[in-house]
Amino acid sequence: MKLCGARPAVDPRLVRPRWIVRARPYLIIAPALLLLIGILYPFFLAMYYSFTSYTLTRPIPKFIGLANYIAMVTDPGFLHSTLVTFGYALGSTGIELLLGMAVALLLDRETRVSKILTTTLIFPMMIAPVIGALLWKLMMQPSVGILNPMLAMLGVNTRSLDWAAKPSTALPSVILIDVWIYTPFVALLLLAGLRSLPREPFEAARVDGASRWFTYRNLTLPMLIPIMTIAIVFRFMDSLKMFDIIYAMTGGGPGDALMTYQLQAYTKGYLYMNLSYGLTYTMVLWVVIYFVSQKLVNFWNKSQQRAAGM
Amino acid sequence: MNTLKSRLRSLAADGVLIIYFVFVLFPILWMVLTSFKRTDELYTTRFFFHPTLESYKVITIGEQFVSGTGAFRPDFPKFFMNSVILSVGAVLLSLLVGVPAAYALARFRFKGKESLAFTFLSFRFAPEFAVIIPLSIIYRKLGLYNTYFGIIWVFQLITLPLLIWVLRGYFEEISPEIEQAAQTDGYPWWQVFIRILLPLVRPGLAASALLAFVFAWNNFVYPLVLGGSDVQTVTVSALSFLSSEQAYYNRMAAACVIASIPEIVLALSIQRYLIRGLSFGAVKG
Repeated sequence: MKLCGARPAVDPRLVRPRWIVRARPYLIIAPALLLLIGILYPFFLAMYYSFTSYTLTRPIPKFIGLANYIAMVTDPGFLHSTLVTFGYALGSTGIELLLGMAVALLLDRETRVSKILTTTLIFPMMIAPVIGALLWKLMMQPSVGILNPMLAMLGVNTRSLDWAAKPSTALPSVILIDVWIYTPFVALLLLAGLRSLPREPFEAARVDGASRWFTYRNLTLPMLIPIMTIAIVFRFMDSLKMFDIIYAMTGGGPGDALMTYQLQAYTKGYLYMNLSYGLTYTMVLWVVIYFVSQKLVNFWNKSQQRAAGM
Repeated sequence: MNTLKSRLRSLAADGVLIIYFVFVLFPILWMVLTSFKRTDELYTTRFFFHPTLESYKVITIGEQFVSGTGAFRPDFPKFFMNSVILSVGAVLLSLLVGVPAAYALARFRFKGKESLAFTFLSFRFAPEFAVIIPLSIIYRKLGLYNTYFGIIWVFQLITLPLLIWVLRGYFEEISPEIEQAAQTDGYPWWQVFIRILLPLVRPGLAASALLAFVFAWNNFVYPLVLGGSDVQTVTVSALSFLSSEQAYYNRMAAACVIASIPEIVLALSIQRYLIRGLSFGAVKG
């Protein structure tokens, strides 16, 4: 048996033919891998289908080359879908990072208030995103909801405020829900990062009389970069493919206001049964996620090395 | 003077925190309030109303129609049980194949180890519809559509990468010398694994299994596309309260409360390990 570390004195009874020893790790992993490959196979199928004309009414895949992709790119709604997909991902990830950082810094002070409040952060994070969206739907609803009356009390003109039901406010509304659900995740991640920082540099800075802002910019922030990158990896990848919140709120509407790639794939590929065409959207999304995640993971590796060298 | 200033600053910071937490907690409070409202009070009241358990009763036991000619029997209890069966099943299957895989990825040195590990991770970030649109056709052919096993299998995309990555970190923390000592005592590797290693990683095992359960429970897309009415889950059924002729916001709220309770309880019980699990072991927390 090969272990990481020094080689132990091996009992002769345990000596096995070489190929078994070599194959053992693969054999142990095989069940898990097979289980997932059974699920991965459809993914390769999806790749192939996106180059065919395959619909539920014509269930014989016929190779048509790039026709689906050309149809998608020349569709006037494609640019809009692209903008909504990236707008949602950048908007929610950006706000969550800023707000999460602020909340983490405030919670790091270990006052009585912050201790009680840290536990409650679990609630939005753990309930299902669909249910989180429904909570907000309940509040945004004009007659049953509470948001408009509350804003009216603060003097905001709410007569035309219709949240996700209106194209102009639909995207900010769903981003707000994403922010509600996932800011706690970012905050807890950054809080764990803040608490794991070494003490000495901060004490040295205090002795030298450095201002808070200076310490934050030159010590805290650079040391937190690896953990911030992790937060971005999770939030950006997940919000690029967010489906639950948008589906629960509007199903992609009003009109095509919230038709992200995932919503397009669901609507065209599943509801309208034009499988091949719907799958072209998921393929574009997959390529985007693949490249962005690779870049981010590389950056994370580098930033970790840099932070360790400090 | 200085202490007064810093106390004021601390108070102001607490104030800002409290505002954020009103934002966090108010939607939940509003859902709980709504779930106790009578249907006729939904549109006429805000904070003051006659609290009733009617919504909970209707979605769990059902209601007798006023005319006495029939009864409405709710599907919600069945959907709740479906969620339990599917999530527990998915976690058990993941434990069965994932724990050994995590161990192998932590301990053995072999070719292609890191790329295998990343293959597992990449499932976590795959766009769901690329998998489930073709899968919906295959499932119908294989007879797996609308079955427990079909959903449990596809749930492995969520539960298995999580378990493997989190547990791998826990296994790596155990010193190889402990294993070597047991091996020189003559125990075969699988006995070392069961008798010595598993007890050592128990906290990580419990935490990642419970977290995997929560994620399976929360999932919406897979049962939406691959499950029919036989295996429908609470997340999918929560939406149905709004699609009927009258929007029963109070019943929907009650369903959301019931569907969220298991996860909140589980999350509170693994609070210490939560960040490590949520970040797939990347942040030790």
